[in-house]
Amino acid sequence: MMPLPLTIALAHLAARKRQTVVSVLGVVLGVGMFISVSGLMAGFQATFRGQLIDSNPHITVTDEIRQPPAQPLAMLHPDAAVHLSRVLPRDPVRGISGAGAIVDALSAMPGVVAAPVLRGQMILRRAGRDFAVSASGIDPAREKQVTTLEKDMVAGTLDALGTRSDGIIIGASLATKMGAVLGDTVAVSTIAGTGVALRIVGLFRTGMEAQDNALAYVSLARQQSLQGRPRVVNEIQVRLADISRSIPVAAMIEGRWGFKAAPWEETFERILEVFVLQNVIIYGSTGSILIVAAFGIFNIISTVVMEKGRDIAIMRAVGIPGHVVVTIFVVEGSVVGVLGLLGGWAAGALIALVLAHIPAPGATDPSQTLKVVQSAFTYGLASGIALLSAVAAAWLPARKAARTDPLAIIRGAA
Amino acid sequence: MTVPSPRAPALCANHVSRVLPATVPVTLIDDVSLEFAPGSFTVITGPSGSGKSSLLYLLGLLDVPTRGEILIDGQSVSGRDSEARAAMRLRTFGFVFQFHFLLPEFSVLDNVMLPMRQLGTLSRAAMLERAHAILASLDMTSSANKRPDALSGGQRQRTAVARALANDPRFVLADEPTGALDTVNAAAVFAILRGLTTAGRTVIAVTHDMGLSATADRRIHIVDGRVVSDGAAA
Repeated sequence: MMPLPLTIALAHLAARKRQTVVSVLGVVLGVGMFISVSGLMAGFQATFRGQLIDSNPHITVTDEIRQPPAQPLAMLHPDAAVHLSRVLPRDPVRGISGAGAIVDALSAMPGVVAAPVLRGQMILRRAGRDFAVSASGIDPAREKQVTTLEKDMVAGTLDALGTRSDGIIIGASLATKMGAVLGDTVAVSTIAGTGVALRIVGLFRTGMEAQDNALAYVSLARQQSLQGRPRVVNEIQVRLADISRSIPVAAMIEGRWGFKAAPWEETFERILEVFVLQNVIIYGSTGSILIVAAFGIFNIISTVVMEKGRDIAIMRAVGIPGHVVVTIFVVEGSVVGVLGLLGGWAAGALIALVLAHIPAPGATDPSQTLKVVQSAFTYGLASGIALLSAVAAAWLPARKAARTDPLAIIRGAA
Repeated sequence: MTVPSPRAPALCANHVSRVLPATVPVTLIDDVSLEFAPGSFTVITGPSGSGKSSLLYLLGLLDVPTRGEILIDGQSVSGRDSEARAAMRLRTFGFVFQFHFLLPEFSVLDNVMLPMRQLGTLSRAAMLERAHAILASLDMTSSANKRPDALSGGQRQRTAVARALANDPRFVLADEPTGALDTVNAAAVFAILRGLTTAGRTVIAVTHDMGLSATADRRIHIVDGRVVSDGAAA
């Protein structure tokens, strides 16, 4: 036999079909929107993160030292309070010493590939206009193993940098701004004072305008020559087969060679922080729909409590305890919450399905649609908020019901 | 004035008073001492506002005396907390009020089974059997599956009596049970109450109807919260 509180709760809800349906629909709407909008946002973040991680190295080793090396005085007196300020590096020449050996050592590790890079600023001049870019001197054969540059090429080839020492690869957007096409020549100058004419041997498009407008690639040897830093490498890019190993591998590199090794989580920390803020806003706004729905539940339970004063009085008079009365009305709220979240799951999945068929705005590929990521976490979170709101909304009128003085109602009815 | 009961009292009011706190306190019951023997049928009469119902609610543990105590089998019970008194009401008392207070969404059968389900000592089959038996004894079998709004006033009140008997209580307290009924139905309900005593139940009813009160064993008359007469009803 069904428990008494559930029997009475279902009878109350069945007697108010319209109110019950409206309350359930409120929760359905809240849960559905929560699931679909959160899924859309998760899809966007996954796509963005995928592009970001995919097109960039997973670990970037630079010629920086996180901690200054221990000084002899401090090493001599390890327990003393030694403070040394304005310690100057012995070798002012920047660069990763022994970069070739490090790259070879890293590439020998399973699931790890590495490529040397010399980064430096360049000014590209075309038709009297200057364009500042961050240029990378790369080894094309290794570069294609650590970034998606080769995949992002829309004209020319990455290998052309290996065959033409005067070759340069720029972003397609930058080329458009410059009015240049594949095969054109651009004048290049650097802060080292060198100037040379380079031929555009490739154009790339990552989909991220910031990169497409401000990055350029030349061969490593050409870059070392242009920057006046022969045989110098100031960055090693590392790609991992398993990106979840980025933090321990970076720590290992730092520990072994001393140079700063930033995993992708650190490199894109600000973007990941924006994602967190974005999630707070999305969950907050869609969660607020559930809070509004909870007011609907509060409304129906309060109405029932008011209308059912006589029923509550007789239940209390015959000896039904206060906690059972509370349970009756909390169960009513919970039933509305459960029905709402079940409907909300279906609505959320349906809306997500529809969204997943809408073309992604600004996508280069017209067949590309909005990405919606549905996760058990989102469903669970929506369900948790919905149920909690429903129970909380029912709890207040339920407590009031349990405190009903049966005598006041019985005397009033007489 | 208390009439000594022929048998040991099952329910006692011992110097019970009930005063409503207010700027000028209102005395509902003033130092009443009564004893009720098992299997007795007592009516409490008195003018409106005399405290009849208040006394009944004190005896039925629905209210708590300001002074004095209620005893069942010699044990003081009125000092217990709200939930303990509710548990005692569920097991020991059956109530019938002037208004039937039936749950409108439930059938007659479900209304009768309500206290049994809360008590939870019987299986579903046993509850159904008992509920049907009670309804049959009150000539309500044909209405078992009807909702309260499909019943006449007399049938509703008989259903309320059936619900009061659900947990086989030792005491049945009725507050103006015939107040909303015509004379025929009123007489029938009183006859039912009278009949309950044959099973050893103690029945206490509040009524205005002097004619019906004559069917009781004992009549207690109250004025201004005090017992002014207590004797055989006839």
